[in-house]
Amino acid sequence: MFRNNYDGDTVTFSPTGRLFQVEYAMEAIKQGSITVGLRSKKHVVLVGLKRNDDKLSSYQKKIIKCGTNLGFSLSGLAPDARILANFIKQQVSYNELVYGRDINIQKLSELLAQKAQKTTQTYSGRPYGVGLLIAGKDNTGVHLYEFQPTGNVIELYGSALGARSQGGKTYLENNLESYLEEESLEELIKHGVSALKQTLKDETLTVSNLSIAYVGEDQDFTIVDGYDVEKYL
Amino acid sequence: MVAQYGKEPIQHQFNPYSDNGGTLLGIAGEDFAILASDTRQSVDYSINTRLSHKIKVITPDLSSEDKKNKLVGTNKSILFGTNGFSADGDALTEDFEENYKFYTSNQNKKIEPGFEFLNNGNEDKESSMTMQSAARNVQHILYGKRFFPYYVHTILAGLDEEGKGCVYSFDPVGSYEREQCRVGGAGASLIMPFLDNQVNFKNQYIPGTNSTERKKLEYLTLEECLKLVKDAFTSVTERHITVGDGLEIFIINKEGVRLEYHALKKD
Amino acid sequence: MNHDPYSWGRPTDSMYGQYNSQIANAPTSLEGNMASGANQHTTSPIVTGTSVVAIKYNNGVVMAADNLASYGSLLRFQGIERLHKVGKTTMVGISGDVSDMQYLLEILDELTIEHNYDNDEYSDNVDELQPDYIFTYLANLMYHRRTKMNPLWNALIVSGVNSKTGEPFLQYVNLLGVKYSSPSIATGFGAHLAIPLLRKLADSEEEAQKLTKEQAIQGIKDSMRVLFYRDTRSSKNYSLAVIDKDSGITYDNDVNVEDMSWKFAKDIRGYGTQKV
Repeated sequence: MFRNNYDGDTVTFSPTGRLFQVEYAMEAIKQGSITVGLRSKKHVVLVGLKRNDDKLSSYQKKIIKCGTNLGFSLSGLAPDARILANFIKQQVSYNELVYGRDINIQKLSELLAQKAQKTTQTYSGRPYGVGLLIAGKDNTGVHLYEFQPTGNVIELYGSALGARSQGGKTYLENNLESYLEEESLEELIKHGVSALKQTLKDETLTVSNLSIAYVGEDQDFTIVDGYDVEKYL
Repeated sequence: MVAQYGKEPIQHQFNPYSDNGGTLLGIAGEDFAILASDTRQSVDYSINTRLSHKIKVITPDLSSEDKKNKLVGTNKSILFGTNGFSADGDALTEDFEENYKFYTSNQNKKIEPGFEFLNNGNEDKESSMTMQSAARNVQHILYGKRFFPYYVHTILAGLDEEGKGCVYSFDPVGSYEREQCRVGGAGASLIMPFLDNQVNFKNQYIPGTNSTERKKLEYLTLEECLKLVKDAFTSVTERHITVGDGLEIFIINKEGVRLEYHALKKD
Repeated sequence: MNHDPYSWGRPTDSMYGQYNSQIANAPTSLEGNMASGANQHTTSPIVTGTSVVAIKYNNGVVMAADNLASYGSLLRFQGIERLHKVGKTTMVGISGDVSDMQYLLEILDELTIEHNYDNDEYSDNVDELQPDYIFTYLANLMYHRRTKMNPLWNALIVSGVNSKTGEPFLQYVNLLGVKYSSPSIATGFGAHLAIPLLRKLADSEEEAQKLTKEQAIQGIKDSMRVLFYRDTRSSKNYSLAVIDKDSGITYDNDVNVEDMSWKFAKDIRGYGTQKV
């Protein structure tokens, strides 16, 4: 039987120049439930589809707030995301205490990238099995970043991670003009939910499984959950 | 005689503390609590500033309604006051805020649709910290520096889990107690006996009982407490050189936290 | 006389006993032998700068400090600048130990470089260094060093204008980490001699908002004159910085105390008690 000899650790390249462990980590993101992020000039919106393992269990958290004006949605291994959330909270707090200022989102994402990259060159351990869409506000305005276990962090107008995310991405690509110039936060959220709907197969959106978050030039990072999302369904 | 070098070490000492004066006062009422302090910061005979803030309101997010009503905190707020060496006071406040932030960020429980019964149908549990937990945390911070103490008298005020006013006071190394009232800092020895008498009715007896029957304890109203606080500060301003300039009074009740400012003598 | 240049200027053995070379040769932690080396901490300042004075006005802050560094009562260096520009809208005024000041300047340089690196293309426009960032950092540094019982022997005044809000900024921190803000601030002797003059101009934020730039500059100049009269460790030559919301920083490192009157000294003989 075929056995891959180059995926035992993250530090060994395959003869074709691939790092399989890192690719598997990217695969873990695709196993996760969908999350969509998009931005206008003034706002960033995250939408996510929460999952529950069975009927008896509650829903897995999809969006984590990491400070007054930033947070992320995740797809992949939630426990890994929690480690990253703690790391972000510490960086936010450090910047607040030592410099008395809000952290620069670009700087933060570079710190995250560095942290993730390290795991791809360390023999023990594994890459983070989670992708993040980071939404935040700083002195330079609002930002949306995508984090990948490879150590890639990219700023974007819109993105989607997780199962069948391509449908969401296509929606965002086709509607870029209309939401980029969107003034209203409500409309931006509706775009986000529409993008999310493109990716659904047998699920329907309910108050239980839809999670929304937004941040704006004059709004703190806010998570909308439960009955508060009813009007967006 | 020839001097001998190297036998006895010459000791130079750097004194890491200073006394920045001021007074801090907390009173708990039945359904409110007050924390007040003067706004002067001084060292030796110099006034550094006439407007420093020794009390910090540590609060969950305010609603726009609260802001419209000019509230500076919700009813879940912790009024955090320090008095003594101001650099340590600021550091202690920052330490506690950091703990508060991480403590509350990890328990922002929201009721999930379909799982209401788990919360017995209660409202969403806001992310906050009880006064009891806050006080215990402050003890740990202070005692953690037992051998290089934060040179401050700390007082917390807020509402307890039953909505009753409460005041916790600490010594520099973390001994603490819940009390009805407490004064810390420069004016403590002048005001505390006054408060013993006026708040806890010490040495007050029922007339005609020949000093055998004590006056029964009862809660003071907010108006009575505010009068006591203002009287206490104007008096201590007269008699203590490091107290004066301004008075900040924070009042917490079920509506939230309100700030009152009164001028004190600047001499 | 011992003609070996190596022993010039050394205390003679006959007078002081043999020099215990262990004192000079004692290993320090700086030499890399942490286990046996003694840590060296500052317990008193050596070469020092005297007062820094500053006051807010309706559109910014005025700050001054003389250009002298004293070694005890010796006027050791007469061209030392003690007001330093950091970022675009901040000046840091430093009194106390001059070598610690120069160390602080290195740190402020590093801070600026790191800021430019972290904030990339935004570092000199929407996300430029603000006075409060610089102050928070310095205040933390000062408190941290005092907590290690190894203080930087200085008192600092950070003044500037927040370029986003246009708000004047003025704050103080010293070797203990004690910090405060006030409409007028002075370090050292200035706290005794200049502050009463400056508080006469503005004793509250409201009064400072009514003060004009000219009034503020005059107040600072008067303060520098009084300090030169009464502070033996001060010099006539000083630096003056104006940080204005609209015109930015104007800095003159060669101002001299003017309008002095020493008429009262005309009849003084000796220490002043002597009659003719």
